[in-house]
Amino acid sequence: MSTATEHPTYNYKVVRQFAIMTVIWGIVGMTVGVLIAAQLVWPALNFDIPWLTYGRLRPLHTNAVIFAFGGCALFATSYYVVQRTCQTRLFGGGLAAFTFWGWQAVIVAAAITLPLGLTSSKEYAELEWPIDLLIAVVWVCYAIVFLGTVKMRKTSHIYVGNWFYMAFIITVAVLHIVNSAAMPVTLWKSYSVYPGAVDAMVQWWYGHNAVGFFLTAGFLGMMYYFVPKQAERPIYSYRLSIVHFWALIATYMWAGGHHLHYTALPDWTQSLAMVMSLILLAPSWGGMINGMMTLSGAWHKLRTDPVLRFLVVSLSFYGMSTFEGPMMSIKTVNALSHYTDWTVGHVHAGALGWVAMISIGAVYHMIPRLFGKAQMYSVGLINTHFWLATIGTVLYICSMWVNGILQGLMWRAVNEDGTLTYSFVEALEASHPGFFVRWLGGVFFLTGMVLMAFNVWQTVRKGSTAPAADAAAQAA
Amino acid sequence: MSAFWSAWVTVITLAVILGCTWLLLATRKSEPHKEATEETLGHEFDGIEEYDNPLPSWWFQMFLATVVFGLVYLVMYPGFGNFQGLLGWSSTGQWEEEMQHAEETYKPLFAKYATLSVEELQNEEAGLKMGQRMFANNCSLCHGSTGTGAYGFPNLTDSDWLYGGDAATIKASITNGRNGGMPPWGAVLGEEGVRDVTSYVLSLSGQQVDADSAAKGKTQYQALCTACHGADGTGLQALGAPNLTDDTWLYGGSFEKVAHTIRNGRNGVMPAHKTLLSEDKIHLITAYVYSLSNK
Repeated sequence: MSTATEHPTYNYKVVRQFAIMTVIWGIVGMTVGVLIAAQLVWPALNFDIPWLTYGRLRPLHTNAVIFAFGGCALFATSYYVVQRTCQTRLFGGGLAAFTFWGWQAVIVAAAITLPLGLTSSKEYAELEWPIDLLIAVVWVCYAIVFLGTVKMRKTSHIYVGNWFYMAFIITVAVLHIVNSAAMPVTLWKSYSVYPGAVDAMVQWWYGHNAVGFFLTAGFLGMMYYFVPKQAERPIYSYRLSIVHFWALIATYMWAGGHHLHYTALPDWTQSLAMVMSLILLAPSWGGMINGMMTLSGAWHKLRTDPVLRFLVVSLSFYGMSTFEGPMMSIKTVNALSHYTDWTVGHVHAGALGWVAMISIGAVYHMIPRLFGKAQMYSVGLINTHFWLATIGTVLYICSMWVNGILQGLMWRAVNEDGTLTYSFVEALEASHPGFFVRWLGGVFFLTGMVLMAFNVWQTVRKGSTAPAADAAAQAA
Repeated sequence: MSAFWSAWVTVITLAVILGCTWLLLATRKSEPHKEATEETLGHEFDGIEEYDNPLPSWWFQMFLATVVFGLVYLVMYPGFGNFQGLLGWSSTGQWEEEMQHAEETYKPLFAKYATLSVEELQNEEAGLKMGQRMFANNCSLCHGSTGTGAYGFPNLTDSDWLYGGDAATIKASITNGRNGGMPPWGAVLGEEGVRDVTSYVLSLSGQQVDADSAAKGKTQYQALCTACHGADGTGLQALGAPNLTDDTWLYGGSFEKVAHTIRNGRNGVMPAHKTLLSEDKIHLITAYVYSLSNK
């Protein structure tokens, strides 16, 4: 990196590193996703090689897109936002650099161990104990850097975006450490310290809050900076921020049990999880409203600004999936939707529509500013990327809705003698067309990411340098 | 759950729900503007300002509605610790009720066939169809949707039976399960011995093998294998020991596969179904399985 782009006040180096890795890990993680989606359509694509089997690559896909792509996006944007909204340099000197290299080491370790079949078998927490320890160390350093920077701020108040980032960082530390508690038996094998149903509850307390704090609170922090910044409009309502922030973090904590409806979990735990999930609807939507309404008076900008389009459409998908979530937590609905592709579609409405789209918008916003360029190399390519991502997401979630409801209905269909009408394999066979459409949606989304990588590369290499006045304005 | 933990759950549940409600109402009450405003809070962060707009009223009402629904639900259903809810609902109770309903509805349908023998059922098309559906959902995972089996899982459509293909034996296999244990002989025979015995075993089904090796293997076969597989290699159904003189191989009939079986042994398991399926259902599945090899 040329020193010409060194910022006088802020530490942009670590932000640049994380921003570039966001794009790279996005492509890696989504490529694995497209491969395993293809394996469901054409099972021969595992080539009978153990390392390429679905069971091993699926956790690699989830870890890569959530923690590598999403994680790098959160690191990049949080370091960028906290410096600019606190008007101070990142706290902790070399610690920020350590979080970058430590996090990359975690990702590489995951990419090696998961295909080898080394797993703790806890969903979204598959990594074995030595890697878990490294995650814990990196995460505590992240907390020190972030909270230290907030403490050193030159502004009187803490900006709302930073509340969300702080909640995300602190809670993820707690979740990871509690859920990963395990008894090692060898270097690459450990057993959870929790027994049976308790283990399941701890796992889904973790799993759901990984969604709530990693994939929601963290990205709401991102939204609270990049939406008003890109739209150049004030945040719609500070009051709404307060209410929805506290209500969101208070109720999310309780909702994990809805992943275990109609299981060995006690009835009272299931009821509480369902009730809290329903109460979660309004706090979740608070963020969407605050983002959307911020655009009032700036809607015309959507016509010309594809970056803003990414941000706004991500909010629509966020609103849609946070309505779908509480609905699916209702036990009656869950009895149909659970274990079907509907769940997979719901997750991807959030993961592709919300998490990926807002990250992509944020990276497009940051890249020119980080590398001292006037703008991205090609605005037209951003627009193409936007349409590929949107169409891909819609194909994905619609096919999974159809498949999910189809599977749910086929599994519960009963003959007049009380026997099941369909065997499992018949429902699987009926899902085949949906699997194909889902794969196609994934290909659309991945193609967009490849265009993004090209665009970012060209911007960094060639893009016109920002005039000095502009650079100064950005620095202010 | 002890009274303490029950109270703990109740208190923190109410604290979270009522705390959120209080925050919502207090924020609403303190609003200086009841309509959309251009007034900001006066802070500015990297150029971002914040309006002092009121909470949207539809959102406020939706929030309250979910809180009211939640509290009512927790009064009606289990949730507040040990409190069982006014409706007296439990998931176990619901399951028992549904099972009882199913028992009442479907029992007569199955009872009709329970009085017929497996052989007589071969003419009952509707009964066989019921057996087939249950086979599809309980057995096909291993034995295949048409009962032709797979590697390690016996084909049920031929006349080759490990334990016997009469109605009573099929029913016993389904009800109580089977454990097919072939002990490993690698340590006893040594690698050369394993290959000799393999040659001999393959010669039993008339395959071309090294005659010297087979002759050496025969001696060892007679010492170690006859107890289960018989002197002539035709097996013993009482133990589930396979016939080695035909060309049906559960774990593959190539030289290497047979050698592997002799060297490392095998452990085939058919799970018992008596705790999973009622007697009447097992009866119909037996009839269906019987029909596969008795057209």
